[in-house]
Amino acid sequence: MTAASNSGTSSIILKQVLDIFVLLGFVIAFTVLVMVITGAPPLAACYHLFLGSLGSWVKFSHVVKAWIPLTICACGLLFTFRIGLWNIGVEGQIVMGSVFATWVLRMGMESHGDGSFWLIAALAASAIGGAAWAGIAGFLKTKGGVNEIFAGLGLNFVAQAVVLWLIFGPWKQPGVASMSGTETFPAQLWLQVAPALRISPAALLIVASALILTGLLLGCTRVGLRFRAVGSNPFASVLFGLRPNLLMFVAMLFAGGFAGIAGNLQVTSLYHRLIPSISSNYGYLALLVVMLANYNIWLIAPVALFFACLNVGSIQLPMMLQLDSSLGGVIQGALVLATLGVHAWRKTKVSGSGSRPIGSASRD
Amino acid sequence: MIDFDLSIIIASVVAGATPLVLATIGETLTEKSGLINLSLDGSILLAAMAAFVITLKLESVLAGFAAGALVGASVAAVVAVFGIFLRQNQVAVGFVMTLMTRDLAYFIGNPYSRIQGFHTAPMPVPLLEQIPFAGVVFFNHHFPVYLSISLAGASWWYIYRTLPGLKLQAVGENPKAAHARGIKPRRVQLLYAVCGGILVGLAGATFSLCTKPGWGRPQGAEGIGWIALALVIFGGWHPGKAAAGAYLFSFLQVLGIFLQEWLPSIPSQVFQVAPFPLMIFTLVVMSLGQNPSIHRRAEKQKWAAQLLRFFSSQAPAALGRPYRPD
Repeated sequence: MTAASNSGTSSIILKQVLDIFVLLGFVIAFTVLVMVITGAPPLAACYHLFLGSLGSWVKFSHVVKAWIPLTICACGLLFTFRIGLWNIGVEGQIVMGSVFATWVLRMGMESHGDGSFWLIAALAASAIGGAAWAGIAGFLKTKGGVNEIFAGLGLNFVAQAVVLWLIFGPWKQPGVASMSGTETFPAQLWLQVAPALRISPAALLIVASALILTGLLLGCTRVGLRFRAVGSNPFASVLFGLRPNLLMFVAMLFAGGFAGIAGNLQVTSLYHRLIPSISSNYGYLALLVVMLANYNIWLIAPVALFFACLNVGSIQLPMMLQLDSSLGGVIQGALVLATLGVHAWRKTKVSGSGSRPIGSASRD
Repeated sequence: MIDFDLSIIIASVVAGATPLVLATIGETLTEKSGLINLSLDGSILLAAMAAFVITLKLESVLAGFAAGALVGASVAAVVAVFGIFLRQNQVAVGFVMTLMTRDLAYFIGNPYSRIQGFHTAPMPVPLLEQIPFAGVVFFNHHFPVYLSISLAGASWWYIYRTLPGLKLQAVGENPKAAHARGIKPRRVQLLYAVCGGILVGLAGATFSLCTKPGWGRPQGAEGIGWIALALVIFGGWHPGKAAAGAYLFSFLQVLGIFLQEWLPSIPSQVFQVAPFPLMIFTLVVMSLGQNPSIHRRAEKQKWAAQLLRFFSSQAPAALGRPYRPD
């Protein structure tokens, strides 16, 4: 019996190793093909990607600064994915977090008081801002019968318009409004950086607590179990006395709150002002991270780190090789697509799973 | 103040709406079959890049449009194969493709950015262009403009008045029943995904060859795909209404140019957001219309009843749900 189970496990491991090889083979072949079409040197590009992200401590500190918001967003998305929602509006939720943070810090700028009070207030405000923006999508979903994907997408563009309006209107720089953003905050309103690390310890603390909180809430509490129950079958969950609409709304609030905090860090520890592209597309990227991590909390941090390396490393490409910096995005996309393909291949051999219809609205 | 010539302004509305009209009709066809191709925003960019580069290399506009169509069809085929045959979440695959094709377009197109392109001349329709007002508005444009206008009508006729159109609707509403009537749902879905993809690709080609000639980062076609997706819903999955939405959006954009003169403090990007709240509003009204108690209450007020009737469309019942043959 042990022999049989041993051979069973080893064949599963063998299959997984095989999957990973197929996956990497596809991604490498695809990337090389794209580079050959462009006439770019693949090995040199790879070298500069590596050097640009892990070549020095300064470069790595940039990677960490991208990794932190990406990981926090991905944690939030685990809540919505767990309950079966596609929270594409995470991008706008980051933006709203940044807007609320900027709003509070602008008040702090006038008061000349202690910086840390305003930073904590900004953190709370941005979590509320992100959650509120997600709450609109959640409300539209549960009460208005609007699919969360379309509501979220629409709200992303509205959030972007709000930022542009603020930068060119009420919050414009003294003198002339410009795409460079609002006025830079004084240094006491920056998240303090440990000089030896070049990274903010507070931001590291936030990302660590986000990971732990998400893991505990989803893995060890009743709420997490309920999310999973609704996610696997919203109709059956009603029979068990659960309220899917309420739980979906709560999951959206969690995701929005996490995204809002990520937006806060973009303001307080990276740009120190509000800029038009404040979200750096981390929301959309976080969706890819979660999909590649196969919705597994343990894989979120390493996958996000890899994505952050690709993002930061590819900034070197225009300078060194006159290539566009979007190569990182091409590799990320190819990876996720290949993963979906491999998963589907394995799944169709066992049993298929149907996804939810887009047009359907869940009602009580 | 900009010279105020109404016929030229309306002509620019018609010309500006062309890529959007092509893309919305393409996506409407695809979604009518029950498949959602979310990748529009990226595939339009990739098609625009391919069309620009191929036109430049082969010195043929026709080859450029063909390249754009091919790119659009290929991206749609990937989404369709993953969504239909591998039964992956269509939204997930479409979303990944959106991001990847956009980055591909920027990466491959990088050496060709800010290069003088191949000049595409407008093709006025002989005789008809002589008509006083309508001649300037409708008959003095690039070729895709005529294509888009005729497609708006033709696609409506095809979907609602022909047998293949009826089969298309059947697959989108109830693939199982369609299967029982001898239709192969997955094959139909793949077919219309590719057809829709071709139109989306043509939309991209129109962008880089006619509407906003050239290639660069940003090209100017960014966001158009999402707007097209919003307009498909705004139009209630009706090709005519969706095309009307595209013209309305183009009109808003032209209006934005004037508004910016009066309200210079608001950047023009803010005006581009209009379709999205409209889309959400449409979805809310559509969903309310399905609620009988609200319907009864609305009947008492004339305007509310009319509003509900205008938006009383429904999404194809099987939209986003992969068909599983037993």
